Amino acid sequence: MVNYILKRLLMLIPVLTGVSLLAFSIIHMIPGDPARIILGERANEASILALQEKLGLNEPLYIQFFNFLKNVLSGDLGTSIITNDKVTYELLISFAATLELTIVAMIIAVVVGIAAGTIAAVKQYSIFDNLSMVGALVGVSMPIFWLGLLMIWAFAYKLGWFPPSGRLDVAIDVPRITHLLLFDSLLAGNLNAFKNILWHLFMPSFALATIPMAIIARMTRSSMLEVMRQDYIRTARAKGLPENIVIFKHAIKNAFLPVITVIGLQFGILLGGAVMTETVFSYPGLGRRLYLAIMARDYPVVQGGILLISFCFVLVNLLVDLTYNYIDPRIKLE
Amino acid sequence: MKTIKDINTGTTPQPLTDEKLEIAGGLWQDTFKRLKKNKIAVFGAIIIGILFFCAIFAPFLAPHDPENGLLKDRQQPPSEKYLLGTDSQGRDVLSRIIHGAGISVQIGVISVGIALLIGTTLGVLSGYYGRWIDVGIMRLVDIMLAFPTILLALAIVTVLGPSLKNAMIAVGIVNIPRFARIVRASVLSVKETEYVEASKAIGCTDMQIIFRHVLPNCLAPIIVQATLTIGTAILEAAGLSFLGLGAQPPMPEWGAMLADSRGYLRQAPWSVMYPGLAIMLTVLGFNLLGDGLRDALDPRLKE
Repeated sequence: MVNYILKRLLMLIPVLTGVSLLAFSIIHMIPGDPARIILGERANEASILALQEKLGLNEPLYIQFFNFLKNVLSGDLGTSIITNDKVTYELLISFAATLELTIVAMIIAVVVGIAAGTIAAVKQYSIFDNLSMVGALVGVSMPIFWLGLLMIWAFAYKLGWFPPSGRLDVAIDVPRITHLLLFDSLLAGNLNAFKNILWHLFMPSFALATIPMAIIARMTRSSMLEVMRQDYIRTARAKGLPENIVIFKHAIKNAFLPVITVIGLQFGILLGGAVMTETVFSYPGLGRRLYLAIMARDYPVVQGGILLISFCFVLVNLLVDLTYNYIDPRIKLE
Repeated sequence: MKTIKDINTGTTPQPLTDEKLEIAGGLWQDTFKRLKKNKIAVFGAIIIGILFFCAIFAPFLAPHDPENGLLKDRQQPPSEKYLLGTDSQGRDVLSRIIHGAGISVQIGVISVGIALLIGTTLGVLSGYYGRWIDVGIMRLVDIMLAFPTILLALAIVTVLGPSLKNAMIAVGIVNIPRFARIVRASVLSVKETEYVEASKAIGCTDMQIIFRHVLPNCLAPIIVQATLTIGTAILEAAGLSFLGLGAQPPMPEWGAMLADSRGYLRQAPWSVMYPGLAIMLTVLGFNLLGDGLRDALDPRLKE
């Protein structure tokens, strides 16, 4: 097991080097002088020279890349051109917001998705089965940004149940310790703030949950159907076990492996891919931060964001593979 | 294509009755027959048919000018004159959606064309030649897969600059790994078959084997993947346009329409609802047809 983990971690090196190279090249692939593009047409020569110096653009390419790698390894992603803050710090704070959103969204997606998929499989061809599978198909075809706008229109503007944007009301403040605000508000014992944050999270997390929910439901259903046809399920029934024990103790456990893969992959995607949802709901997460950086041509933030997100993605995939072994010891990790 | 017919007739030594003759068609005829029986897939095909019809005949179908509206008619709710209402600049939402169909078809076909061409080439090289070519290409694919697609597309558009053309290129590039992986997998299985071995034995060149034997036998998964990917490609490109990185105003691209109307959600919700509905139905259509094609091409896969 330890050997396998080490081997997998070693295999990450080429992928992460490639990713760093890609993040590094972005600034160099833009036609023209990056410093001039960042500062705009009307910048004077002195400030362009100064920025070139600051970004290290005067050095030969390989030295630039080497310096970039060195800085990345020491956790220094440079400073934002727009806000002048440390990129690492800025990204981590918005990452915490995204993490909170993603966790809530995944809880919704996993609970609803597995429940719907299991019921659909157990009662195959029933009305519930058909409805939930149609729902899942609509879910994967839905543009999230559109769903988000519809939710804002219905639940914020028409019904006034939930706030249309943001993370918590301006009037409310909690001491930021972990930057996971739900956690921070509980630490501060501020239940009012906790409720307010949860209220703000409701719409974006639900919108974000749609696609994973649909994918998890479909995967659970097909995996359950596969397992329910196995001989040991017939054996379990034949020896007189009640149906719910057959389903919960024998079937679900074995149907879970492909579902775990999907959950892990989706979690990884959501961590970095919440650009749409965060933009629609003006939620200050990593996706929105990165989008704003791209629009403002704030390249250090773009580079850092790309690195952070792909790193998380790769790491989550590794964790998924490791959980296989825990769930199904028959699988040999090589 | 001959093989299935041969097998079908080969396993039935007695004289064929009319009924049996009907069953034994080529792969594509059989597929089409099965597809026709699948009501959900037919529904998907109908949606796609409507999309193409709108795309081709947009100038005749659209009741109003899609790019120039009457300012005095702005933010009109749906009425007899404007069936789906007007947007903040008085443009007819229905006419814009009809004209947008052509743009969506273009996006789907061009970006999937890019992904398919490059992805298939990489997949064939990787699967057929193996060794270091395989390792190199698959590492590249791994790196691309280490990014969430929308972010990779965002990064590419950042480099290329925001425009519809660049959004199509970006969406094409991010979908390359899907094709590369699927083609590689099918090439690997086809490569081991006896007829490929036989072709090698009679001295066919690699190119002949690839184009005559390997690729035609990988066609089924490629077609299924292409259909499904057109749906996602339209969705991803609409997302880029929504973020202002794809189609630019006043082009009636559906994602750009949503971006335009977003600020008027309270005053003119119809100008947000219908373009999004058009995206959703289109993507749904391709997903339904793609699922149906997969079941029809390989009935064994269906549970």
